[in-house]
Order: sequence, then C-alpha cells, then structure tokens
Amino acid sequence: MGSTRQAYGEALAYFGRQNKNIVVLDADVAKATKTEIFKKEFPDRFFDMGIAEADMIGTAAGLATCGKTVFASSFAIFAVGRAFEQIRNSVAYPNLNVKVAATHSGISVGEDGATHQAIEDIALMRAVPNIKIIVPCDQYETKWAVKTAIETDGPFYIRLGRCDVPDVYSETESFTFGKGKTLVEGNDITIVATGMMVSRAVDAANALKNEGISARVIDMHTIKPIDEDILVKAATETKKIFTVEEHNILGGLGGAACEVVAEKCPTKVIRIGVNDEFGQSGKAEELLKLYGLDVDGIVGKVKENL
Amino acid sequence: MYTNEELQKIATFVRRDIVEQVYNAKSGHPGGALSCTDILTALYFNVMNLDPKNPTWEDRDRFILSKGHSSPALYSVLARRGFYDVGSIKSFRKTGSVFQGHPALGKVPGVDMTNGSLGQGFSIANGMALAAKLDNKKYNVYVMLGDGELEEGQNWEAAMTAAHYKLNNVIAIVDNNGLQIDGKITEVKSPEPIADKFRAFGFNVYEIDGHNFDEIMEAFNRAKNSIDTPNVIIAKTTKGKGISFMEDNIGWHGKAPNDEEYNKALSELGGGNYGVN
Repeated sequence: MGSTRQAYGEALAYFGRQNKNIVVLDADVAKATKTEIFKKEFPDRFFDMGIAEADMIGTAAGLATCGKTVFASSFAIFAVGRAFEQIRNSVAYPNLNVKVAATHSGISVGEDGATHQAIEDIALMRAVPNIKIIVPCDQYETKWAVKTAIETDGPFYIRLGRCDVPDVYSETESFTFGKGKTLVEGNDITIVATGMMVSRAVDAANALKNEGISARVIDMHTIKPIDEDILVKAATETKKIFTVEEHNILGGLGGAACEVVAEKCPTKVIRIGVNDEFGQSGKAEELLKLYGLDVDGIVGKVKENL
Repeated sequence: MYTNEELQKIATFVRRDIVEQVYNAKSGHPGGALSCTDILTALYFNVMNLDPKNPTWEDRDRFILSKGHSSPALYSVLARRGFYDVGSIKSFRKTGSVFQGHPALGKVPGVDMTNGSLGQGFSIANGMALAAKLDNKKYNVYVMLGDGELEEGQNWEAAMTAAHYKLNNVIAIVDNNGLQIDGKITEVKSPEPIADKFRAFGFNVYEIDGHNFDEIMEAFNRAKNSIDTPNVIIAKTTKGKGISFMEDNIGWHGKAPNDEEYNKALSELGGGNYGVN
C-alpha cells in the first residue's frame, strides 16, 4: 500500500544515487509530487522552477541537450496541459531525454475539484510522436517505470496518482516495456486496465467469477507503444473487451484499444472511464464511485454489456 | 579575430545567402533574418568558442535562435563559418531538406536546438546554462529573441529563472527591429520599455546599434565578464537591413522576392565574388 507519487520520489532518489546525470525540476509542488525526496538528498541536482510549467519544460529541454536525464514534475493538468506545446516542440520533436512525470492525475485528486483533475493528459501525450507513456498501478511498477524512463532514450510521460493504492505486485516482479501483463486468466471477457484501476479490475474479475463469468484481466502499464499482441489475443480468445481507466473515455487507453482492435481483429470494446465530462470536488473514493470507477461500477458495466 | 571590415564583408555574403534561400524556396522570412545578420556574424566569427569540425563539442558556446523564422541567417552563418558547404543551403524549405523552415536539432551541424515556436528559446538557454554550472564548464549560452517575441509570457518566466539562478553565462540578444506581423510592436501590443523591464528582472542591460560592429563586440565582451548576473543586449536594428525596398517594411516579414526584386536585392548588396569565402 502506498501512492505512486511516493514511490516516484523514492525511486528518483534511489536511481539518483547511481546516476549522477539525473536532474529533477519541479514547479512549486515538490512536496506534493514527492520530488522533495530527491531534493533533500541531491539539492544541487534539483531546481525549483516556481509556478512556471512552460519555463520548466523548456529548461528541462536545455539541460537534456547537454546530456542530462531530466525529470520534470508537476500536477498532470499543469505539466501536460499548461506546457503541452513546450513538450511538443521543445522536447518531443527534438526527441530529448526529458521525462515528464506528473502526479495528481484523474478525478481521484479529490477535493481540489475539476480544475486540478487531469482527465485528458493521456490523450494529449498519445497524439505526440516520440513520446512513450507509462501509467503504473502500484509502487513496484512505479519504480520500474522510472528505471525504464532512465534507461530508454527519448521523452517519456509517466502518469502518477495522489491516492494510496493497494500493491498489485511484489518487489520481485518483473515488467517489460510495451508488454501488458495478464493478471487473471479468463475466457468470457477481458478487462484491460491501467494505473489505479488495475487493482479494481482484479477485484471486479473476482466478483464476476462468483457469478460464473470468467474475466481475463490485463494490466496495460505501457500506453504507448501499446501492446497490440495482447489485445489481439484477447479479442480472439474472449468475446468482449472492457477498458478501464481514470481518464476520459476519449483518447486514452480505451481509444488506443479501439484503434488496435478495430484494425486488427474487430471485436466489441466497451470503454469504462470518465464519460467526457469534468470531475468535481469530493472525497476520492466517493468520486470514483459516482463516476462508476469503483469495483461495483466496473462489475455493473460488464454485466450490462455481456 | 576578424576586423570590422572583414565582418562587414561576411555579413554581406550572409545577406546574399538569405535572399538566395528565400528566393529559391519561394517562401521564408527575409526581414528578420536581415535585421539580425550583423549580430549573428559577429557571434559566430568573433565571439563564440566553437569548432566547425566538431559541432557537438561539449565545451562549445551554445546559440539558440529563439526567433527561429530567421533561420536563413543562421544557416548561412554556419555555412560561412565552415560547418558545411554553402551550396547545400539551396535546399532550404524544400521537401527532404535538413534545412527546415525553422531550425531542427540533429539535422543541421551546428544547430544547437530546435526552435521556431516563439517564446521557448530563453528557457532552453537557461537549461543549457544550468548544465554548464552542474558540470563546471565555462561555456556561454547565447539566445536571440525577437522584440515582438517578448509578448510571449514564457520569456519573462525565463528571465526570472536566469536571475534567480544567477546565470551569468546567459547572454540574451533582443533583435529590436520594431516590427511584427501585424504592425509596429508599439501598436500591436507593446513590449516596451524593454530595457527597463529587463533591469527590473535583474539583468545587465546593454543597449546598442545592432548594425555597428564596434558596439556589438563591446557589448559581448562586457556581457562575457558578468559575475553573477544574466545579460541582455538590446540591439536596435532595421528589419530588412541592407536592401532598400525591404528596410523597415513590414511587408517583407514573411515573403519571397520575385525575379525582379531578387536581382535588385543582389545588386544592391553587391559584395563581388558571391559564393566564395
């Protein structure tokens, strides 16, 4: 149990000890994004850019041209939304080693409300060439995501959350970039989930099993490049695919899955996520329930569409 | 070190190259390229520490053309400085060419960063300057800004960053030609008083005639000796400088000359053995 943002801060410090080339930037939210953990250990390699996300991304790009591996963090809506065109033109187009790692994604930001709840960040980043996207589901996958971003040339978007989430894996688990993981075997339908929805998808599959429905569960940690093989296999071997994400149903995991399945193996895909509407203030768990992203919501949606 | 006379001669070649590139491409931005030509010539021939045989040398001074639409000036200066053959820039803006409309990293030797979306270069310069500090390197970072470009707010975020982190190795240049696409900068949405704004942000400010090599060299020499303060050189320039019918004429911001204008421009520029270094 722990938040992916906490795991991110700890991973930065951990890999920062081995790799002196890592530089971290933040935009006045280091306490919340947990880059503060890195800052405390390596104050010389941490720069607070103040409340200036566009400037942060540009500065990150400049550092990267000089050989640095730069992590730039803020809340997802500001890192990706405010600085979108800086990421596009100053980072992605020149293909630089800037890793945008944003926390506070999705409606589980909670009480701060819609202004602070990014539900379109995956869609924005997916549409830009060169950018690779990982959405980790727990602390162990987060550490792997940071390691992968360090070891892989070019820009990354790592999408992190605010809330504590259950551990899906253990410390010894291994992951492959660009390859989804089948967590539960099943033959009737497939649930493809990403980020904090993964543990809920597993719980939903267990609930469905009690009702005689065999649901396969895939953790799609890498959104770009998406694992086409695992989707085609699911489309071939099970009757329907349900995608679950804490993101707008437009342009995110659901969109990516539809694109693959429609082209390679037409099968019905039902997208579970935020239904093209803004979030609101409230406790994270209450909001997730309200928007149908709790276990009951997922189970209900599957049964409705069988 | 090149003499003023030699710099002048090189700048004339660069101006001819600009006209050639835009004429060949039938598109491009001659006005702002011609206004920053003298400064770029001084930078690449007399100011910057670089090695055309090793364009990615780690210790080199960096240059960012934040007003990336002035790319024909940069492409020419790099060619004239020996980074590549001057004949190659004829492919400017053509399909498949490395000489993109706006400079792109990794395509043209000597281009230190992708630029063209206005407002982004200053922050990038700061990043390069911070990297120099982290690595204990002595290089300077030069960034060329348009005066109209200063309407982009990111410049002022970057100015704050440069002053806060005491980036004395950042030398910004404002190509103050007074014109932008929709008209005079003072009439479109005035960024003035530019010098006072930078002073308030904590910069060393040098106000010069951007076509006078003595003043250009003096400003760079003083800026290079800054102890812990970032620098800005506000260079008063003439858009379209060197070609009578383009000078101070907003119509030449982003337009290619026709055959008649092309011939007239080249004959006005003179310069003798064109194409020979």
